[in-house]
Amino acid sequence: MVQQPVLLTVITFLPLLSVVALLLLRSDDHVWIRRIALAASLAEFAVSLLLLRGFDSSNAAYQYTEYHHWIGEAIHYHLGVDGISLFLVLLTTFLTPIAILCSWESIHENVKGFFISLLVIETALIGVFVSLDLFLFFVFWELTLIPMYFMIGMWGHERRIYAAVKFILYTMFGSILMLVAILWLYGLTGTFDLLDIQQSLRSGSLPHLTELLLFGAFFLAFAIKVPLFPLHTWLPDAHTEAPTAGSVILAGVMLKLGTYGILRFCVPLFPDAARQMAPLIGVLAIIGIVYGALVATVQTDLKRLVAYTSVSHLGFVVLGIFAFNSTAVQGAIYQMLNHGVSTGALFLGVGMLYDRRHTHDIKQFGGLATPMPVLMSFFLFIALSSLALPPLNGFIGEFMILIGTYLGHHVWASWAASGAVLSAIYLLWAYQRVAFGEVTVEKNRSLPDASTRERIILVTMALAILFMGVASPLFTRRMEASVDNVIQRVNPPENASRPTTIPCMGAPASVKTAEANAAAAIPAGGGQ
Amino acid sequence: MATGQLLNLHRVAPEFHLCITGILVMILDPFVGAARKRWLGWLAFAGTLFALVAVHGAYDSRGMAYDNLISTDVFSVFLHVIVIVAAALAILGSIDYLDKEGIQRGEYYALVLFAAAGMGILAGANELVTAFIGLEMSSISSYVLVGFRKRAAASNEASMKYFLLGSFATAFFLYGIAMVYGATGTTYIDKVQAALQAAPGIPALAIIGLGLMFVGLGFKVVIAPFQVYGPDVYEGAPTPVTTLLASAPKAATFALMLRVFYISYGSASEFWFWAICISAVLTMFIGNLAALVQTNVKRMLAYSSIAHAGYILVAFAASTSLGVAAVLFYLGAYVLMKVGAFLVVTHLGQQGETRLDVADYAGLGMKQPVLSVALSLFLLSLLGLPATAGFLGKFFAFEAALDAHSIHGVAIIWLVVIAAINSVIGAYYYLRVIISMYFAEPSKDYVPTAVAPALSVAILVAAAGTLYLGILPGAVYDFAKVAADSLPLH
Repeated sequence: MVQQPVLLTVITFLPLLSVVALLLLRSDDHVWIRRIALAASLAEFAVSLLLLRGFDSSNAAYQYTEYHHWIGEAIHYHLGVDGISLFLVLLTTFLTPIAILCSWESIHENVKGFFISLLVIETALIGVFVSLDLFLFFVFWELTLIPMYFMIGMWGHERRIYAAVKFILYTMFGSILMLVAILWLYGLTGTFDLLDIQQSLRSGSLPHLTELLLFGAFFLAFAIKVPLFPLHTWLPDAHTEAPTAGSVILAGVMLKLGTYGILRFCVPLFPDAARQMAPLIGVLAIIGIVYGALVATVQTDLKRLVAYTSVSHLGFVVLGIFAFNSTAVQGAIYQMLNHGVSTGALFLGVGMLYDRRHTHDIKQFGGLATPMPVLMSFFLFIALSSLALPPLNGFIGEFMILIGTYLGHHVWASWAASGAVLSAIYLLWAYQRVAFGEVTVEKNRSLPDASTRERIILVTMALAILFMGVASPLFTRRMEASVDNVIQRVNPPENASRPTTIPCMGAPASVKTAEANAAAAIPAGGGQ
Repeated sequence: MATGQLLNLHRVAPEFHLCITGILVMILDPFVGAARKRWLGWLAFAGTLFALVAVHGAYDSRGMAYDNLISTDVFSVFLHVIVIVAAALAILGSIDYLDKEGIQRGEYYALVLFAAAGMGILAGANELVTAFIGLEMSSISSYVLVGFRKRAAASNEASMKYFLLGSFATAFFLYGIAMVYGATGTTYIDKVQAALQAAPGIPALAIIGLGLMFVGLGFKVVIAPFQVYGPDVYEGAPTPVTTLLASAPKAATFALMLRVFYISYGSASEFWFWAICISAVLTMFIGNLAALVQTNVKRMLAYSSIAHAGYILVAFAASTSLGVAAVLFYLGAYVLMKVGAFLVVTHLGQQGETRLDVADYAGLGMKQPVLSVALSLFLLSLLGLPATAGFLGKFFAFEAALDAHSIHGVAIIWLVVIAAINSVIGAYYYLRVIISMYFAEPSKDYVPTAVAPALSVAILVAAAGTLYLGILPGAVYDFAKVAADSLPLH
């Protein structure tokens, strides 16, 4: 294990630090606000790449851990990454500069506030992925809401206020019940530390009903975020009304908070409940896949169409997780990354069209390949990645999920595969209506093709898509150990003599926590 | 034994400082010209600072004062800090407000100080009649303060309403004391505890006494079903008075409630647990649902403070020492964010309190960015967003309640779930103000005025406190735990 005791803190709080720099600038100095925001986010991406260098892919334990007392005895500042969260952190730091670049010209009002919101979201998102203390996790989890709320509400489109309020109320409802569950877990285990909770739940199994309720409370919060059918109704509104950068971050990273949470908390902490609920959740995921795809097909609003594809694609991810085998779960994580890049790129493309025509209505487009060959070629490339064409990234993820699911559930896999077919229909049909044929609207004839800035964005995204398609082992190799670790908790190996790997940050620290918890248990238990 | 030792006056020094400054303000008032009256405000503010220093002194020499009538324990010290800070911030918010409204008078500050002294007594009382005196001191001063804008009908109406209903409530409280005395032969809070523990069962008279006291105290902390007057009074009162009224008296009265319920009736928690539970549920729902439909920010904040009293009751229902600590922490957090929010409203109301509607705040985020950020912070804290005081308050409250589930069973888990759902309902109306400030088109006719220095200092202190308690709550929470342990729970 490589000890770099401040790297994660630096990565988490660097964007927040650059917010301070932005605050010092005059609010009408738009040029420098943009430049500093971009520079900060690029620096952040560079720093986050350092994580790869020292990451030990054979180690299932959390790495780069940091551990400090924070509030009282039970709440700690505990950070760490493993194979599951590593790439989600990188995804966040990769998409943020893209989001900044794509807002370069489309945001005119309150530019400072916009970039501050974006950078605060980055800190909060990374914080969620690296927190190993449930309290800390919850703090970051909730902190993602407010800047996104402002982003939708202030810089969004016509129905932005409705969308912003719907977004925040939905998510808050889920997360507040999760807070109750976190407190309940604390009551049961005497700690907020994820590793310690895992340890104590392993030894003393919970009463069945308790486990089911706790699982339910956590799962509800995450399922709303994913969003799993039928809790998805906030998503089309939020995505459609958000500014492009907001949609990119929302679809690219924020939805993954839900699937990440399921994989990090729901499944390993409450394996029995997860196994028991898996049939129901699998069915909901499949309904989401098919329903999301069908609804996307009939959309007349291009952005809404892309939004519904998320419902479908994230259904795949949930399905993969609840197949409970290594291939499917790795595929699920990989699909989270793919979806982040591909759907993020789709929203970027839609945003570029919106910048030119200020509409998302498909009828207003048509034949756009003629005036804008470069932009529309990239659009096609991105759409192909989203519909999982080999050898692009989406294919690897969906394929792994389908194979893994097929091992346990033939029927699930065949239903889910229909979603893959449907995705080809809705994306290609939409692309055909937008790009091919005659130019039907006169205004569209004179639209400018992709600018240099847009080309940089599109090329970057296309390269990422291609790279993730051909070099997937670079990613999955680093996930494997951590994924196996989760799988083992939910599917205990038949052979009892086989030692189970325990996610543990190293003996001294965990002994220390155990002692601290023993000490904390005494005053906590001794009321009255 | 010398009288001085018996009285231990240094342990009630904070109240003395407040009262003496109050009297000094009254004496000086006739000699100060109209243009210089605002200096009396600064004198009163200095008085609160002296009182804070005296609290520190009292902390160093804890013990009983006034022949056991007053208990200066850590618990009382904790609440003194809350009450005096709230009074100090309210005074800072009043100085320019009174100028603006043309009602700059010395007695205003004196009344605030007397009210604060009364609340101090309330927080430290170890004897019910002493508590009654403290309650009356703070109440009577508040009745006058609420009607201080005597040319405004709303202010008069609020004052009258508050006075009539408040008198009823204190009468209930007094009846309750009489019943307790009848049942136990004493009015000392700790001796009632001993008497009830010695008795074979809880005498019916003692239960009736508790019920009557609950009515009286419940009225003062504005919990259901005694909350009806609250919004009218809060809305009609001059905003700085509302600032004080919504914060300090609640804290002080909750302190007395804790002493009465937890100490005197600590062995009978099963009798009052359900009353607190039902009241908590009603309070939260009434407060939050009614706040949803308000268009007047002041009235909305009034309902929100009812809802917050409900969350405090959730921690109260725990009936453990952890519950006391959670209530104390919540009170500290609540006072900071509520005072902060009302102080911003004080400024934005403009002359004659004309701009109080949510719609009046439209576009404020662009016009007065700093003030808007401050108000957003207070609202988000009231909403319970992490990294603010309000979240930690709820967090510790829920934690304490869940921790007591071995005592009260599954009921208290449901109570926490209801509280959690309520805090989401609450999100809607707090966010509405933020929507108006940031998302709505600015209104043309509003010309932003600079925030007076005194008021901005007060807002800044409240904001800093809200963030401090939100990010580094450890020290204060530990102190709250020590304070809880200083109570002689059975």
